Order: sequence, then C-alpha cells, then structure tokens
Amino acid sequence: MKLTPIPVGFVPLVDAAPLIVADQMGFAESEGLALDLRSAPSWSALRDMVAFGRVDAAHMLAVVPVAMALGLGGVTTQLSAVSVLSVNGTVIGVGRVLEARLREQGYTFDFHDAAAAGAALAQAARGALVIGAPFPFSMHVELLRYWFAATPLAEAEIEIRTVPPPMMAQALAEGEIDAFCVGEPWGSVAVEGGSGALLLPGKAIWAFAPEKVLAVRTEWAEDEPQLLGRLMRAVWRAQRWLAAPDSHIAAAELLSRKGWLDLPSDVIDRALTGRLTVSPSGDQRHCPGFLDFHAGAASFPWRSQARWIARQLAMRHGLDPAAAADAGAKVFRTDLYRRHMAGVGAELPSASEKVEGAILHPTAVPTQAGRLTLQPDSFFDRRVFDPSA
Amino acid sequence: MTALPPQRRMLHLHGMDAPLTIVVVEQDRDRALAIVDALKDAGDCEVVVIGQSSGLARRIAAHSPDVVLIDIENPTRDMLEELTLASGPLERPVAMFVSGAASGLARQAVEAGISAYVVDGLRPERLKPVLDTAIARFQVFQQMRAELTETRRALEERKVIDRAKGLLIKARGVTEDEAYAILRKAAMDQGRRVADVAEALVTAAGLLS
Repeated sequence: MKLTPIPVGFVPLVDAAPLIVADQMGFAESEGLALDLRSAPSWSALRDMVAFGRVDAAHMLAVVPVAMALGLGGVTTQLSAVSVLSVNGTVIGVGRVLEARLREQGYTFDFHDAAAAGAALAQAARGALVIGAPFPFSMHVELLRYWFAATPLAEAEIEIRTVPPPMMAQALAEGEIDAFCVGEPWGSVAVEGGSGALLLPGKAIWAFAPEKVLAVRTEWAEDEPQLLGRLMRAVWRAQRWLAAPDSHIAAAELLSRKGWLDLPSDVIDRALTGRLTVSPSGDQRHCPGFLDFHAGAASFPWRSQARWIARQLAMRHGLDPAAAADAGAKVFRTDLYRRHMAGVGAELPSASEKVEGAILHPTAVPTQAGRLTLQPDSFFDRRVFDPSA
Repeated sequence: MTALPPQRRMLHLHGMDAPLTIVVVEQDRDRALAIVDALKDAGDCEVVVIGQSSGLARRIAAHSPDVVLIDIENPTRDMLEELTLASGPLERPVAMFVSGAASGLARQAVEAGISAYVVDGLRPERLKPVLDTAIARFQVFQQMRAELTETRRALEERKVIDRAKGLLIKARGVTEDEAYAILRKAAMDQGRRVADVAEALVTAAGLLS
C-alpha cells in the first residue's frame, strides 16, 4: 500500500509520545499514513509551522489555539483542537535555596497537597518570587495562576517568566528563577542535575487538565476530512497503547532515542509510570494518573475545558469573559471527534460539556458509544466551573 | 517597492519618517554583523543586536523597537511572546506580520527561517524593505547551514568507510584499495550506498567483538 505522507510538528517532550508512537509502532502505517515528524525549536515556531502550512498537524499546548481564537499572541490563523493528546503531566519545582527553607519549616514534599504546598511556599518566600514557565499561553501558566489565587501565594509578589524547558534546570541553578512549572522530562532533569526539587504534580491543582492537543488549521480540517480522520485514529490507537502498563518500558526506551528526546530512558520512565524522584537526595513519590493519554476518554476535547481556558485568559487580558468563553469553546472540536472516531472503539460521551471540577471519584456516564468512566477532575480548592453559568 | 520611481523611493526612505528601530536577536557575532550591515545598506534605520537570552523580553522592550528579528531556530524565541500582549513590556504590542498584502512576505520569512515581530500600526511599505533584506540575508545563512551539515555528514561517512576498510584489511589481508573495491562491489550488488554498507560492517563487527 502506498502511504500518504503527512508533515506533523512536535516539541521533544514526554507528552509528544502519542505522535512518536503512532509513527514508530505502525499505527500511522495501518491507516495508510507516513508521518513526517518535525521537531520544533520553540512553541512559537511550532505555531507558525502550523499556521503557515509547513506542517498539517501539531502537538500543541492546549491553551495556544484558544488564545489564538481570542486574538492573543502574534498569529491569529484559526486552529482546531481535534483531540486531546495528553492530560496532566507537568510538575512544579523549586530551587535548592527554597527547598532548604521549606525543609527547615518542616515541609515534607508530599507531592500531593496543593493547598499545603502553596502555604509553605508563601512562608518560605523572601521578597519577589520569579517562576519559570515555558510559554505565556500554556496550562503551566493557568495552573500556576489558579494555584496562587487560592492560596497565601495570592499575597506574594510573583513574576512568571518565560524560559524554554531545556533551559529550565540551568535557569534554576543560576538563580535566574526561584521555581518553575514545566512538562516532563524537564522537571526530572532538574532533579537529576541537582538544581531543584519537585513540589507538586500539575494534577494536584486540577486533576484532569488538558495539557496538549492535536491541532490543525481549521481550513485544513475542512479540506482534508479523510486524512484528518486517519491521523486522529492512528493517534488514538497510539494513546491506547501508551496507556497499557506493559508499554511503559518500551515507550520510555523509544522516546529516549536520538532524534526524539535523546535523554536516558529512566528519566523518561518516571512520567509514564507516575513514580517520580522529587529531590536530589532521592525521595520517591507515587502519583497515579500523573500523565494520562487514554483513561476516562482523555482524548475527548471537552468544550467545557476550552471554555475554562478561554475564561481564565479573558479575565487576565481584559477581554469579555462570556464572549471569550463562547469563542474559545468552538476551538475544541467535539463535532470532528465524534465524526472521525465513531466505530473505532473510542468512548463518545453523550454530552460535549461537563461541569469541570465536579467529579471527585471515577464516575460512569451516559455515552453515544462505548462504556465510559470519567476520572476525577477536581480543582484543589473544590470549586467547580459550570460552563452554562 | 520596485514599481516606484527611484526618486520617490529615496524620498520615502529618507523623508519625513523617523528611522526605524530594529532589534536583532542573535548570539553569533559574525551573523549579527552581517545582518546589521545588510539592514543599514537597505535604508535608514537603527539596528540593535541582543545576544544574551536572560531577561530577553525586557532587554528588547528597553529599545522600543519597530521590528524585532530572530532566527526561527532560536530556542529562546518563546521569551518574545509576551511582547505580543498589550499588558507586556512594550507600549505598543507587536504582531507577527500576517495581514493582507504582507502575508506572502510573512510566509517567505518563515521559509527563510526568520521570525519577524512588528509593532502595531507600522505601514507595510516601511516594513517591506527591512523584511526583504532580512529574508535575503537569512537565505544565505540557511544555505551555509545546509552546506555545513553536508560537509559534516560527508566527514562522518569518510570516517566510517575508513574504519570498514581497516576491518577488511585486518580480516582478509587485503590492501586499502582492495578493501574499498570490496565495499563498493557489495554496495553495487545490494543497491546501497558505500557508506551504508560500511556502517553495517562496522556495526556488525562491534557486535562480534
């Protein structure tokens, strides 16, 4: 069979795994596709690659296409998030100075309780805190802001500074930043290099946060429905494969290779298994669901997730929250997901929006196809976001 | 631009408009100088080069530039994103220039490996000569980069072929020329490149030893 080539962009991170696995494990090939995976040097470069048609699809920060729809950032080409590539998977870490102060205060680095971590960090801070995050439009920034607002950190003087992930550990070591929020493997790389300790997984703030999406130009999605469907199905099968515990070793091995992440597989393995080493002295913590590719219809692009993102952006950038939420919701394409994922075994919930933060325990929900148990999606402060409100 | 008679063009570039301030983010000194020279030749502008990445957005804002140019491969580029926000460090937010007639220009820029950030309200006719110049310069860089990669690859292949020849000389007691002839024949028989056959031999020898 002749394969159809399709250029796809990614940033070398653990959560680019669905695309890499789709390519390397034959899922793309069985859909008749040859993925031409192109590594991007930065998120803005990747956004331009999609916007200007150098790639047809990309591994994209979930916040980016929503921000673009609101006219934020340099480029406003319409993008569609056709599925969620990964849920959670980021870490918040502190430098050695803050780590020492936190330990003196008796803080145990439980890697779990965001309220307690916020209180402890506020107590440990002396003067302004500078916190590194990969991009101004990212779940990293949204989680940090949400966390600050609902803890004593709301009173602290904090600057969020953009630092490319591969430079995060060095920026921390050189004191350019005091703390960071970054996607794996870069948090673990900072721990390995002895420059930082991990305070929280992103999921401790929002238990089911859409982290990366599969983004395409909206125009392309309309022009190439067949190709899009094949790509979505190949990626979904890769996500299902990644979720099987048996796949973790093989996946870590694959991602560690040169051309992908080019880092030791035992550092990559941590995010996949949720067993993280949180300090240079070797403390281990287990965080089930640290990074999810598949469980609880993880790939379904809930419009309520996009609405939440749009509302948070609108409030910070002085836009009308209601209008922004409506514009943002349209970016997460539940319609395309339903159309292209019917009949392949993907769970299709009956609803396209849910009250974000309301699920405290795994909960069975009505579906259009398959049996679906949604995973907890609570915010650490137990507030909920009702998309219809 | 080319449609304008030369006199009007001069008038336009050196007339009532204040010179443009252009910030070039580039760590490599030689490359930076080449860009500065080219831009200065193209028109009336002030060019500032920033080589350091720490606090990049603020360093740029301090010059209140009209245009910021950065290599698309530069990983620190994401630090510039906050310039695009009204609440960011620049008074006038910048955009990547994509609207109307200039969208072709923006595409050319991306293809040449350059990202341009342009302040809100800068007229396309003032931007065009700057971008045309930068694009031409970056195309040269891109070609040089491609040639360098090619040279490195050729050098790597040379080394592997030499090692494969060494293995053959040792194992089969042939001369260097004969060893190369063996490799070349195997490559021709298998429809592969000599370097690929050499690489396979070196890898296999590594496993056997």
